[in-house]
Amino acid sequence: MTEITMKASDNLNIVIVGHVDHGKSTLLGRLYADTGSLPDGKIEKVQAICRQQGKEFEYAFLFDAFLEEQEQGITIDTARTFFAWKGRQYIIIDAPGHKEFLKNMISGAARAEGALLLIDALEGVKEQSKKHGYLLSLLGVRQFAVVVNKMDLVGYRQDVFDGIEKEYREFLGQFKAVPQQIIPVSAKLGDNIANRSEQMLWYKGPTVLDSLGAFKKEPGRSEQPLRMPVQDVYKFDARRIIAGRVTAGRVKVGDSLVFSPSNKRATVKSIEAFNVEPLPVEGHAGQTVGITLDEQIFVERGEVASHQEQLPLVSTAFRANVFWLGRKPLERGRRYQLRVATKEVDCEVAAIHRIIDTMDLAQQQGSNVVNRNQVAELTIRAKVPVAFDLSVSFEATGRFVLVDEYDIAGGGIVTELVHDDQEFLREEARQRDFAWVKGEVGVEDRAQQYGHRAAIVLVTGGRHAGKSFLAKKIEARLVADGRHAYLLDGGNLRRGLDADLSEGERGQAAEMARRYGEVARLLVDTGLIVISTTNPFGLAYSEAAQAIRTLVHPVPVIAIHMSKAPEEAPPNTDIVLSGPTDFDEATRQILEELKRRGVLAQAIGAKPTFQYSI
Amino acid sequence: MQHLRQLEDQSVYILREAYKHFDNLAMLWSMGKDSTVLLWLARKAFFGHVPFPLLHVDTSFKIPAMIEYRDRVAREWGLQLVVGQNKEALAAGMNSSMGRVTCCTALKTNGLKQLIEQKGYTGIILGVRADEEGTRAKERYFSPRDKHGDWDFRDQPPELWDQFKTTFPPGTHIRIHPLLDWTEINIWEYIKAENIPFIDLYLDKGEGTRYRSLGCAPCTTPIQSTAKSVDDIINELRHTTTAERSGRAQDEGRGMELLRKDGYM
Repeated sequence: MTEITMKASDNLNIVIVGHVDHGKSTLLGRLYADTGSLPDGKIEKVQAICRQQGKEFEYAFLFDAFLEEQEQGITIDTARTFFAWKGRQYIIIDAPGHKEFLKNMISGAARAEGALLLIDALEGVKEQSKKHGYLLSLLGVRQFAVVVNKMDLVGYRQDVFDGIEKEYREFLGQFKAVPQQIIPVSAKLGDNIANRSEQMLWYKGPTVLDSLGAFKKEPGRSEQPLRMPVQDVYKFDARRIIAGRVTAGRVKVGDSLVFSPSNKRATVKSIEAFNVEPLPVEGHAGQTVGITLDEQIFVERGEVASHQEQLPLVSTAFRANVFWLGRKPLERGRRYQLRVATKEVDCEVAAIHRIIDTMDLAQQQGSNVVNRNQVAELTIRAKVPVAFDLSVSFEATGRFVLVDEYDIAGGGIVTELVHDDQEFLREEARQRDFAWVKGEVGVEDRAQQYGHRAAIVLVTGGRHAGKSFLAKKIEARLVADGRHAYLLDGGNLRRGLDADLSEGERGQAAEMARRYGEVARLLVDTGLIVISTTNPFGLAYSEAAQAIRTLVHPVPVIAIHMSKAPEEAPPNTDIVLSGPTDFDEATRQILEELKRRGVLAQAIGAKPTFQYSI
Repeated sequence: MQHLRQLEDQSVYILREAYKHFDNLAMLWSMGKDSTVLLWLARKAFFGHVPFPLLHVDTSFKIPAMIEYRDRVAREWGLQLVVGQNKEALAAGMNSSMGRVTCCTALKTNGLKQLIEQKGYTGIILGVRADEEGTRAKERYFSPRDKHGDWDFRDQPPELWDQFKTTFPPGTHIRIHPLLDWTEINIWEYIKAENIPFIDLYLDKGEGTRYRSLGCAPCTTPIQSTAKSVDDIINELRHTTTAERSGRAQDEGRGMELLRKDGYM
């Protein structure tokens, strides 16, 4: 029997890319035929259709599943097919090269562990040859061979091949990409595919199949520091399982984990699995796992678990290289959904630094939009802090997609952390949380006992908008309902905790806001619902509110903005009250919001049963 | 073995993404080997639980042993089973003699569409594999269907890394395909590795024939085979160059392309 009958002990995802009509489907058909991987009768069936349609048979037709394709003569979408050769199963993604179909090429290449990039010897290096080469690099496909096809059409001449090799290597060199091999072939006639060409004795390198055989499985991501983005939290039975894929490193029973950006910490109690005896004690990169923790901490989808020594970056902003596939151009200032690993959050494009022309890698500046199929360097700003990595260090947590309306419209890699104004406070909070000494009573114990979670109700706005009055009303209402609530009036800090501040420091609000935030943090740790106003900060309420948010993170903050006339509320405001206020209605709205956010989980008097997996 | 575990991890990841993002989710279960492996993977993903209903579109022409198997497994594993049937078409006498594509469209495609509409499902998990036949090779893991259940295969949204299409306009739904990367051999190797109970129509019981692919009785023919165990099947598949669905009449000509564009599974 041939190689196909050997047990495939290994597998590799391969993508075939290149300019339209440079022979990708033909190469694929040839790879199948030469490895004996076609089902019986397949060639005969396609030959029959060709006869019927009055066409000459081509290997390319083997993969044209749709009638439209046979009419157009091009492959339409990423087709997944398989063949086996010398103990390895190849999952081939036949990526089309037509310009309109770039998104399919990208979908294919994003899953690939290796690539073959085709260039037509007769036509030479074309636009898509360059674009695909550049995108492979951007998508992180470092392992690829360049296949110079249709050598039969140039009389198998070495000088033609050498010219293409020189030109293309120079292009790739500009972004430091190096192909494994550059191979002269004729896919149609089978030269240098499985068998060495009799026509090109001047070529001493490997055939296409030998070259594929030399591609390695991806390098050991398991040896990197741990990254495990939380996918979901399950409570189907007595176990509270945190599910996620380990994207780098290893997670072991007994490991102390930090969840970013919340900075929550806990120890891995068990790794759960179905139909596995005994249960595993470790999960490594690539595996989807479920862990239980020694403590009932509140973590949710989007956080990234790591070890404390090697934390991911946290910020609201980063710089990135992005390719855009959307129907509408990407616009500066427009809202998109950002997805980094499992985190989904609203974002905007804060700056378009430049558009990169993939034809000559020239950079074009001063654009406010990125059009479909363009690549650009951007700064992205998210609504809340996100945990991520630079793509040079970590693959999975260093890349992201942007969703426009309902569709994934672009993808990119993180190139740089952008510092935001909360950086110092965020670091303070992180260090403080790591060093925090806990008693026997945990946050969840308090929540069970009190029948509600801790939260901050923060009322912002200018002077005389009724903030204090509303704050007092909410406090009174919550306490009347049997909740544990406390009005933290900033004025009370002035002559005590803030007594040492100079006039200048009082004027700037920054240090006052920091102290206020730390006091609020202490109070919410006691399990209270803290009601506060930004009264002491005057018109700097927006900055103060942001600082308080950073310091109490990840406790929920319910933000209410009050003003006499309509005005712009600070970012992330939940309820806007402008004009004359109906305080009873406002209180009702705030209580509703507290319920919606899971702070007031059930009615008073009911036995507290918290659903942790919100 | 390592490859099987990688496939398992990817499928489990997809199932968990589906469960997280779709409030009204269901899984199609035809009791065949693929959707039974899919069901098993759901139990893997959710630690022994199946937190969504299983749908069976009953054409009334299924092989009786399949229905017995369905009810037994559903009972033993505590599954929530939803059976749908295009009763109108059956009452009007629909059967395969009226044309295979016509019959599949009425009893399966339309049966499924009716079920989706009645129950308002926004996500349907299916066990289709890319290597089964050409149109399935073009699928995404998360594949949108419009208001009529139609599939626009020429303009599919991109699918990048582990990010899938999980948002969609009202009135449309998403087909989710966790088994896309599995091959027929992978399915049997996994059944063996996990010791998954499967329906014995796939085995030869001494007559020298077995089913390789299961569908409706009138349109599915057994193959010549003496495979009496999972090991025999795996061994047989390693040596065959006959297509898996060669016993499925609906694949003839352009059947599957036409069916799938209109919302067939």
